[in-house]
Amino acid sequence: MPLRNEKVDPPSDDKRWRIVQATMQRNGFERDGLIETLHTVQESFGFLDDESLRYVAASLNAPLSQVYGVSTFYHLFSLKPAGQHTCVVCLGTACYIKGMPAMLKQIESRYGIKAGETTPDGQLSLLTARCLGACGLAPVAVFDGSIAGKLEMGEAMSRLQEMTEVDHVREA
Amino acid sequence: MKRPFKTRVRTLKIDGIDVGAREDETILELAQENGIFIPTLCHLEGVHDIGACRLCLVEIKGTSKLLPACMTYAEEGMEVITDSERLTAYRRQVLDLLFSERNHVCAVCVSNGHCELQWLAEKLGISHVGVPYLYPQLPVDASHSFYTLDHNRCVLCARCVRVCDEIEGAHTWDVTGRGVECRVISDLNQPWGTADSCTRCGKCVQVCPTGALFSKGKAVAEMTKRREFLPYLQQMREGRR
Amino acid sequence: MYERLEEITLAEQESTARFSHTVNVCMAAGCMSSRSDAIKDALTKEVEANGLERWCRVRGVGCMGLCAHGPLVSVDTDQSAETLYQYVTPDDAPAIVGALEGPPVERLHCPTNVPFFQRQKKIVLENSGRIDPERVEEYIAADGYTALIKAITEMSPAEVIDEIIASGLRGRGGGGYPTGLKWTTVAKSEGDTKYVICNADEGDPGAFMDRSVLESDPHRILEGMAIAGYAIGAGQGYIYVRGEYPLAVARLKTAIRQARRVNMLGSGIAGTQFAFHVDIRLGAGAFVCGEETALIASIEGKRGQPRPRPPYPAEYGLWGQPTLINNVETLANVAPIIRNGGDWYASLGTAKSKGTKVFALAGSINNTGLIEVPMGTPLREIIYEIGGGVSGGGQCKAIQTGGPSGGCIPAEFLDTPVDYESLAALGSIMGSGGMIVMDESASMVDVARYFMEFCMTESCGRCVPCRVGTVHMHNLLDKFSHHEAAPRDLVLLEKLCDMVRNTSLCGLGQTAPNPVLSTLRYFRHEYIAAITEEAADLYAITPAPPTSRNGATQHAPAQEVAS
Repeated sequence: MPLRNEKVDPPSDDKRWRIVQATMQRNGFERDGLIETLHTVQESFGFLDDESLRYVAASLNAPLSQVYGVSTFYHLFSLKPAGQHTCVVCLGTACYIKGMPAMLKQIESRYGIKAGETTPDGQLSLLTARCLGACGLAPVAVFDGSIAGKLEMGEAMSRLQEMTEVDHVREA
Repeated sequence: MKRPFKTRVRTLKIDGIDVGAREDETILELAQENGIFIPTLCHLEGVHDIGACRLCLVEIKGTSKLLPACMTYAEEGMEVITDSERLTAYRRQVLDLLFSERNHVCAVCVSNGHCELQWLAEKLGISHVGVPYLYPQLPVDASHSFYTLDHNRCVLCARCVRVCDEIEGAHTWDVTGRGVECRVISDLNQPWGTADSCTRCGKCVQVCPTGALFSKGKAVAEMTKRREFLPYLQQMREGRR
Repeated sequence: MYERLEEITLAEQESTARFSHTVNVCMAAGCMSSRSDAIKDALTKEVEANGLERWCRVRGVGCMGLCAHGPLVSVDTDQSAETLYQYVTPDDAPAIVGALEGPPVERLHCPTNVPFFQRQKKIVLENSGRIDPERVEEYIAADGYTALIKAITEMSPAEVIDEIIASGLRGRGGGGYPTGLKWTTVAKSEGDTKYVICNADEGDPGAFMDRSVLESDPHRILEGMAIAGYAIGAGQGYIYVRGEYPLAVARLKTAIRQARRVNMLGSGIAGTQFAFHVDIRLGAGAFVCGEETALIASIEGKRGQPRPRPPYPAEYGLWGQPTLINNVETLANVAPIIRNGGDWYASLGTAKSKGTKVFALAGSINNTGLIEVPMGTPLREIIYEIGGGVSGGGQCKAIQTGGPSGGCIPAEFLDTPVDYESLAALGSIMGSGGMIVMDESASMVDVARYFMEFCMTESCGRCVPCRVGTVHMHNLLDKFSHHEAAPRDLVLLEKLCDMVRNTSLCGLGQTAPNPVLSTLRYFRHEYIAAITEEAADLYAITPAPPTSRNGATQHAPAQEVAS
């Protein structure tokens, strides 16, 4: 294990590590910057793997188990790679009473996965959020980063199809 | 004459008895000094308290809030009740919840007869568990050369986490997940035997209140633990300063 | 000291004087999700294409409140009253621009002489929808930062606190703790470094007031925090924002940069000795981090687990230092209070609940969106007049307030005034402001189950009662939801509610039983009806038919207990 004063090398030459380093630097390489750093890793690489956790732990001089414990406490961090496309379904109160659970069930059965999972072909990750703060437009879901409000079953299905089929079309 | 800014000694009542306390004494310490029993589980002398098990909750006159004796400082004029029907009922329920949460089977456990959870159940008069058992599927990690971790017997008191962090300094253990999904893990949630940070000192095993952490080679009811080492270490370290 | 602000205001007014018409497009998250940025672009292009840019400008503004009718566009002119357009699409740009000098476009026109717009009293939301949140100049031209300068140049810290005390402002995050008292405690606490934290971890599902303020009027929060810092002796502030609010984070970052540029944040603010810095800290998806000590743990880079209180953050907070933690809405009230005086604020509202409150109306209500009303406004007025009544032609069954820590108020109490004490007396809480309207199709048992599931998955896991108790309560509620419950399940449920409420370490566990207790109080018959016929026979009781819901507790017959 490296001593505190030794500079820790990133796992590879991938330029994205520089962004991670910048975040850690901005927080003075202190352990308080752990959550900000994990956000940066998640945004840059899509998820947190063992390699990145080890690198962050060494750079911040934080115990491995503590870094792991923090990564798994917060819902927004994922230790598994996301699918090519992500659909986040909101299960906040307003969306819940506007029938989101039924919509979620349909999506789950159509794609054969439960919320929190990714399809075997890695195309689609289905996630839930506890409230996206767009309750005026309930029910709400996010398709690859864009929020769709006043969602109806038909529209949800067609958006999912659109999202996941684009790649198939390109490949064909 | 100038009055001192802070009073150094406080006088208060515990269960109707007048007692004197230093300003840095908790209600728990005070009670123990005066031979009054308050049940505890996550409290471990020598490491900082977290107030997690809620067994040491006491009633304070003047407030409807129950406060944890292990983390509440004795205040001048306080009137503390450490034992009542209500407190006993709540304490039994805490134990009920713990017994239902995981798979505690005394008959086949190395700590049978030497277990703090078992002892508390007896002491508080538990005859049966009032909530349905959850029967989670939990693993046993026997990868370490000297010790074993059986998650089925863990009560998430986090004494192992605290002793490894504060006393040994390795911080091999921490907790992953949230709610009932919480698990004690070593390093990056890897088999304990592969956790490089572990110094194999065995402190975690000694402070674990149940048979979750135990020494290999022990059969049923053979795992006795040595707890006195911790206050001793603390004393020695303070002496050195 | 005010010269800088006056300069900027004058410059702003001069540069916009030539515009007789302004087209405002809502750029808050709700309308943005319906492509309001594309609408803004289309309108700008249309204005330029017609050569009208000399007297007409198009700008982005914050939330206009009526989210259900978005995307919203408003047109301000020198001559006539404001025109509001609803359900706008980018293709409507030609029509809207064409109608600038004439009568409004009928099919898009949203009437504003209705209770939704007339009956609100806006203090927190006074700038939302009226200024561009990405231009500090507009904030300043709307009297922005004058309160900060007044505080640091004309008042002592104690005088500032006195004004907050006089206002009667209470914590808007849900606790309702007197803000002035909190400020006093932190000011008096011993410590070399103190902190101000803005709690923007709006975790209540169904609440989006804070998000809206952060996206629509971010400078308001910065100004409030700086005034608080001055009052309590802090030089550093943190805004802890949920990770789920990227737009709010972006707007705050811009605002902080701009505030520094005009010397309203940073060292030597407005030429005085007072320095105040603000940094953003991100949440990462944990409802429990809205709890003060868990929030602090999160800022310190740890798992967001609370610790027992006392000691309170006011004495021992961030990194062990005295820390003031206030909710977004609470801080948004600070600048107006300093500007207009505490007495002015106290003249609004009721005896014990002063000022106004922002509510997020959602659920089975026509006008879903954000409203701000004086405390004491009757629920009936909020739901039927301002809110436009129950949607889908249904009848109001209950109103849920306070999120997972709150309760359901049945329709018969619609004449209750909205204030801290009245809602508490009904077994609910004010909460952060989420107000969900439920019609007869809602199952109250299912609502209770929903909130318990939420608490169960959001429980940090540290203390036994919450970690395990919520699981058991959820399992029981699930049985009721599926009409598979036995009478002893009701007994156990109530026992667990009592135990978890009184022994949990933090507010999450302590208030997790509230939705259950509240629905048991007013809708007990729904629970009884969910007890299976089989089980009922076994225990020789008859599931009671729906009787009066006057809150009288219906104790289960003795046979239920003897299992």
